[in-house]
Amino acid sequence: MSSELIITIFVAGIAAGTTLVFAAVGEIIAERSGVLNLGVEGMMLAGAVTGFLVNRQVRAPWLGVAAGISAGATLALLLAVLVVSFKANQVVTGLALVIFAIGMTGYLGESVVGVPPPVTFNRIALPGLSDIPVLGRIFFVQDALVYLSYVLVPATWWILFRTRTGLNLRSVGESPETADAAGLSVTGTRYAAVVIGGAFAGLAGAYLSLARAPSWVPNMTAGRGWIAIALVIFATWSPLRAALGGYLFGSVEALGFRLQTVGLEVSTFFIAMMPYLFTIVVLVLISRGSVQRRLAAPSALGNAYLREER
Amino acid sequence: MKPAGGLRPRLVKRLLPSRRIRVAVRLIALLGAFAVAGIFLQATGRGAGAVYRAMWTGSFGSPYGQAQTILAAIPLIFTALAVAVAFRMLLWNIGAEGQFYIGAFGATAVAYSAPDWPRWLLLAAMVVGGLVGGALWGLIPGALRAFFGTNEIVPTLLLNYVAILLVDYMVNGPWTDPATLGFPLGKPFSESAILPLVGNTAIHSGIYLALAAALSVSMVLSRTAWGYKIKVIGSNARAASYAGFSIPRNMVAVMLLSGALAGLGGMVEVSGVVHKIQANISPGFGYTGIIVATLARFSPIYLVPMAVLFGALVVSGTELQTLGLPSDIVLMLQGVILFFALAGELFVNYRLVWRAGTVSDHPSTPAPVSNRAADLEQAG
Repeated sequence: MSSELIITIFVAGIAAGTTLVFAAVGEIIAERSGVLNLGVEGMMLAGAVTGFLVNRQVRAPWLGVAAGISAGATLALLLAVLVVSFKANQVVTGLALVIFAIGMTGYLGESVVGVPPPVTFNRIALPGLSDIPVLGRIFFVQDALVYLSYVLVPATWWILFRTRTGLNLRSVGESPETADAAGLSVTGTRYAAVVIGGAFAGLAGAYLSLARAPSWVPNMTAGRGWIAIALVIFATWSPLRAALGGYLFGSVEALGFRLQTVGLEVSTFFIAMMPYLFTIVVLVLISRGSVQRRLAAPSALGNAYLREER
Repeated sequence: MKPAGGLRPRLVKRLLPSRRIRVAVRLIALLGAFAVAGIFLQATGRGAGAVYRAMWTGSFGSPYGQAQTILAAIPLIFTALAVAVAFRMLLWNIGAEGQFYIGAFGATAVAYSAPDWPRWLLLAAMVVGGLVGGALWGLIPGALRAFFGTNEIVPTLLLNYVAILLVDYMVNGPWTDPATLGFPLGKPFSESAILPLVGNTAIHSGIYLALAAALSVSMVLSRTAWGYKIKVIGSNARAASYAGFSIPRNMVAVMLLSGALAGLGGMVEVSGVVHKIQANISPGFGYTGIIVATLARFSPIYLVPMAVLFGALVVSGTELQTLGLPSDIVLMLQGVILFFALAGELFVNYRLVWRAGTVSDHPSTPAPVSNRAADLEQAG
């Protein structure tokens, strides 16, 4: 493989990975508060269709992104009501949300399937930075939402690990009893974390339908929400590692499509399987030495908190 | 402690979950879902009345619809059984969709390679093909969980995509029917690869397999030592390993059985309904099966009527499609029904008591330690 080809793979890998990065960072915020949000896939779909529809109406991609974010957050609020207030099982609730969202987005997007969007996000070469050899072309000739991710990822890390807000959020995920006794609101923190996480998932979806593959196709997330959940474990609940992992997973996705252009005789169906198989293999590899990983997982992840039952 | 003024709600656990409330919750969930979806339909400019009328005609409201409902309930019984068996051990098999596809794949491979065998022999071989295909697909996440500790939720789900792509590949390549000019359809099965119909109805004899599977699973889970074993492992893994039960081995066995059941569903579908292999053989039977199993509280017997109910929903979607009405509303309905049921479960297990709030309103008696197994059991 020529170095030129490798660079194009990474350029596409960053773009493909950004969806995963947004979704995984959102999931990290929710899981750090103790809520396993398995509805990411559905929230991404909601973000994708809403972003696309709004952009089509108002011809302003940033408004589309804002709409996508709100759609993701709205579905997340629904999830929070069920799992935080009604103490519903987090696995079933997440699945129910995905099924609901597949139906809802299919319904809402029916009239725009395959319609090209009026305006999309285009690639912008950042002056100065894009002149850095190799890395400049990979990281700094991307669209505005990719640059947004460069800001949001470290910012999330900073908030989670270097501020009181982040400490409070993590303590709710580690030991809600202690957090409650210390006067923190477990319910409030979890609502906030889940809704912000959903906003990120909505952003991930809007990125897909407005920048990565500007269009709306039913079910266009194609399992990326689930890959993002796997990515969270891979990243041991750290936004920075999630970004690295996201670009790695994205490059695997990009690699498949490049392989075809260089004339490799592999059926598209097998190439399309690669990201799923790669994710499973990675999950297996990381669960082997899983002691640190189990320690990294928020202790109260997946458990509803009832003050009456402490 | 001074009263903080006003009444505050508190949740008090019921000693026994209320059965009456559980039934009421199911009914409210159903009605509530139709009400919410109806408002949504009206708000987006579709007549809810017309949509619901078409759904009724396409399901319970006509002899044709009734037969279609039963036909859709058959695969749902299999996928819901797959979910229920795995959940007995607290494993989440959300890969029944993929196992269903690979079961169809296995049965089809048999049907295409021995089309001239006598019907009874070919059908028996196809059943084996479906069972083996589904079991293998369930084995992958089962073995990964058993031997590497990889949580099964994400692998079972991702394997659905892989399974669907594999079938897509076959129907676009090796198995494609040249007569369809590039449509993703396989060649029609031979006469002897097709399940006979029941009497002179439109329902194929796969219904006997489905009911037999539900009965046998129920017997195995509640009347055999193995069924008891996996229940113990599910509710208390530590106690089970002290009792000498091999957790990895039983985990693999459960996922083999779970996958085999979904795979048999795939066999029955291609042999009884589609009569060939094609892309999109399932409108999400694997996912709907999760809802069916959950609402039936993972009971192999109760899930049969629940499958009929959801079978009606699934076929009413097909009816909407042929009328050019939005069939996606059916998926939304499934989601909303489950939302209501999940929310209502709180009132099945807890009583809401209004009391004067106090500044420090903590119970002084130690509450029972929350048990994850019990929590999960309440999920239905």
